[in-house]
Amino acid sequence: MPEVRVVNVAKKFDKILAVDNVSLQIHDKEYFCLLGPSGCGKTTLLRLIAGLVEPDKGEIYIENRLVNSVPPEDRGIGFVFQQYALFPHMNVWDNVTYGPRVKALGKKASKDIGREMLEMVKLFERLDAFPSELSGGMMQRVALARALAAGSKLLLLDEPLGALDAKIRNELRYELRKFAKDLELTGIHVTHDQAEAMAISDRIAVMRKGKILQIGTPQELYMNPQHIFVAHFIGESNFLEGYISKRTEKELTIELRGGLFVSTSDKTHKEGDKVVIAIRPEVLTVEKGEKRRTNSIFGQVEGFRFEGTNVRCQIRLENGDSVLIVRPALMTEWFNIGEKVTVSFPAEKSFVFSYPEKGLKRELALE
Amino acid sequence: MAHSGITKFLDSASSKSSVRYALYLGSITFFFALILIPPILGIVLKWNSMAETLRDPSLMSRATAAIYASFAIAIFVSVIDVVAGLPTAWLVARGRSRWLNVLDTFVDIPFIVPTATLGYSLLLFWSKPEGISSLFGGSLVSPGWLLVILLHFAFSYPVVVRVMVGAILDYKREYEEAARTLGAPPLTTDRTVTLPILKPSLIASFTLAFARSVSETGATLMVAGAFENGPIFIKNARDLGYEGPLVFVSFILIVISCAIFATIRLLGSRLKMPLRNVWPVAERKLSSSSVTAVRNSLSLFVFLLLVLIPSLFVALPAFLAMTNGTINQAVRGVGVWQGYWQSLILSYSVGFVVTMLNTLAGLPMAVLIARKRVRTTLSSILDVLVNIPLIVPSIALGTSLSIFWKSVAFIPEIGLLTFAHLSITYPYFVRSMAAAIERVNVDYDNAARTLGGRPFTVFRTIILPLTKYSLFAGAIMVFTRSVDETGATLAVVTQLRTAPVLLVEWVKGTVQATPLDIGLGCAILVLLSFIILLVSRLLVRGRY
Repeated sequence: MPEVRVVNVAKKFDKILAVDNVSLQIHDKEYFCLLGPSGCGKTTLLRLIAGLVEPDKGEIYIENRLVNSVPPEDRGIGFVFQQYALFPHMNVWDNVTYGPRVKALGKKASKDIGREMLEMVKLFERLDAFPSELSGGMMQRVALARALAAGSKLLLLDEPLGALDAKIRNELRYELRKFAKDLELTGIHVTHDQAEAMAISDRIAVMRKGKILQIGTPQELYMNPQHIFVAHFIGESNFLEGYISKRTEKELTIELRGGLFVSTSDKTHKEGDKVVIAIRPEVLTVEKGEKRRTNSIFGQVEGFRFEGTNVRCQIRLENGDSVLIVRPALMTEWFNIGEKVTVSFPAEKSFVFSYPEKGLKRELALE
Repeated sequence: MAHSGITKFLDSASSKSSVRYALYLGSITFFFALILIPPILGIVLKWNSMAETLRDPSLMSRATAAIYASFAIAIFVSVIDVVAGLPTAWLVARGRSRWLNVLDTFVDIPFIVPTATLGYSLLLFWSKPEGISSLFGGSLVSPGWLLVILLHFAFSYPVVVRVMVGAILDYKREYEEAARTLGAPPLTTDRTVTLPILKPSLIASFTLAFARSVSETGATLMVAGAFENGPIFIKNARDLGYEGPLVFVSFILIVISCAIFATIRLLGSRLKMPLRNVWPVAERKLSSSSVTAVRNSLSLFVFLLLVLIPSLFVALPAFLAMTNGTINQAVRGVGVWQGYWQSLILSYSVGFVVTMLNTLAGLPMAVLIARKRVRTTLSSILDVLVNIPLIVPSIALGTSLSIFWKSVAFIPEIGLLTFAHLSITYPYFVRSMAAAIERVNVDYDNAARTLGGRPFTVFRTIILPLTKYSLFAGAIMVFTRSVDETGATLAVVTQLRTAPVLLVEWVKGTVQATPLDIGLGCAILVLLSFIILLVSRLLVRGRY
């Protein structure tokens, strides 16, 4: 049975449609991410599930119970806020045991739960400290312990790592997932950081302008994006514009700018359609000199950067388009700026999308 | 050319630290010489006269009873103002109905109506046959301590509501949301999370209500009848020429006021609120929408019956006065109206002069406090001392000032009046400006200086534009407070009559004025106050 079900939910603030007819199912014990740029509606959707905001239309079910008119305190959720919202007038212990106390679980039970949660997040020795005395990472862990101590099976996290510096963020992201899995919770985690979402999620919903564009596992989203924005937002992509010049049963030939032709294995578009090909930087290969290869284009090196594990190579193609190639440093030749090269890619490892009505730049914009 | 010449001169002068220090020293000297020290020394000079009261048991008993009445009423009224005002503030800040904008505006009415007018309006409503008493066949609430309580409740209520609305709007709702996601019903959330966080504002609103109640004189004189609190005792003693009791009660009022405020300031932060115990079943039931509706209805009922309607009741005789010819007499300045217009001119003239002086002298003090130009400790001390005229009962402060200046030099009554109003209103301007300057990021000053700006230019081009609306607001507060001031005025003058003092005399019958005269006189004062408020709101709306 799905833990959370959202059915055709919409929410408007003044003239802005924050959530636009969204439907999704989150399974029991799943760690699910709502991912998207700022203003896409992911936090609003989370707050709708939490009951902090009421939907204008649609239904929200938690464990098969319709909760539209159920207040937050009765939905059985734990919520971790972006700025933690630790009660400034209570110390760590009082913050963490607040949930058990207001639910009248009893002194002993509250004490036991508080101790267990603080030991789990390794902050038991700071139980007398006030929030103003804690670092960002510590506050985040206290906020998590507080949400977990309430005893709920559904954990909602609103950009819980957003206020932390990069190193702590990287360390704590795995801890969040581990806690949720160890306690067999269902987790819904909101983030704008695609690397974070990819690292810890069972499934991800990519949102933009109030809509869900695609739901899938990290691998599905990365390897098979169904929307041009998903191809852009998850990982990196090169985008080349062109027209379908010929289609056969097995492949599609696309004419790019400058009369260049490439092949892909797309099956959805027809001759004459204006399209955009998305190609991952790590899928492109580059060789020195101008060589005839399948699905190849000539170009010139514009930039070459060593980044430790990888090298990043910017190539200006002969038709004026620019592509980025990322290859393992140990396995790649090194190039000089201005050097002539040949760029190629396997037809089956590209994605073809219809050209966006409002233009490519606008479609890929993050806001 | 002349303007740029003056600017260059001021820029050059402000670059010299000696000139800057002279300016700040001048401001500090103004404060100590005219605002703080005279009221303290005045009492000290007449120290020996207090023995007369101490030796007379009946006088001592009467004085003690009056002092006790002042503080008992102030504490009681402040507590019920907070208890009654908080639900209204909550409704205004968190409610969703458009009608709440109307409520928000109406809540301010007792605050902007001059207290003399408020006093007469409440007297009419509760005691006179024209008011609610007509339903009961006699005076429902006769002039006395109960009517004083009703008056003090009404004029402090908007202060509490305004402070709490501001605090609730500023408060981060995430704390409430966090508590509710942890399972706490709304009432438990309010009690254990929201109110403790809002505690400083609760204390501030209590303190303001307390200060207003202890200090209030003019309107209290109208409704007290034979009842005596501290300010009324001082007025009566003055009228009878009893200097000793007058000085004694003034001294005790000042000392106890300062002690109470110091106690609140020191111990207020340690006040524990009931946090640990929860009653989930009961508090969940009390959080229901029906209980909330009952609570809101009760708040509105209390506001309407005890605050708004009594405050506006003076409109009835005012309206009648406009239809029966009284207004013609008023316009022509016939009879009592000649004195009225003279008093109005005096009130507004003194208000204007006091506003100018306080703005000029208070601005450097505000910069000193906000930017800690002298040592941090000294700035903090000044920050505390500036509040003293706010917390001392105005009639006591006026009495002391009057004693001081009369012993130092011959000062005409208009001078004494100006000094008294300067003292009373000075903190209003300095507090407002200091808070506004503190809000201006000091990095703006520093950026301007690294770009070559001299101190005067930095002040003129950076601080002043960013705080000009607070400057207007502070000046308007000084002006309206001065026009409204009665207690200190009664203490320092015998011949001159400001508008509020004249209205008190009309009500008490010292000057024979008809009820319609009084109603119209009050209405004119209210109308002028509304115009000033409207202008000030237009100027300061939505700005720093």
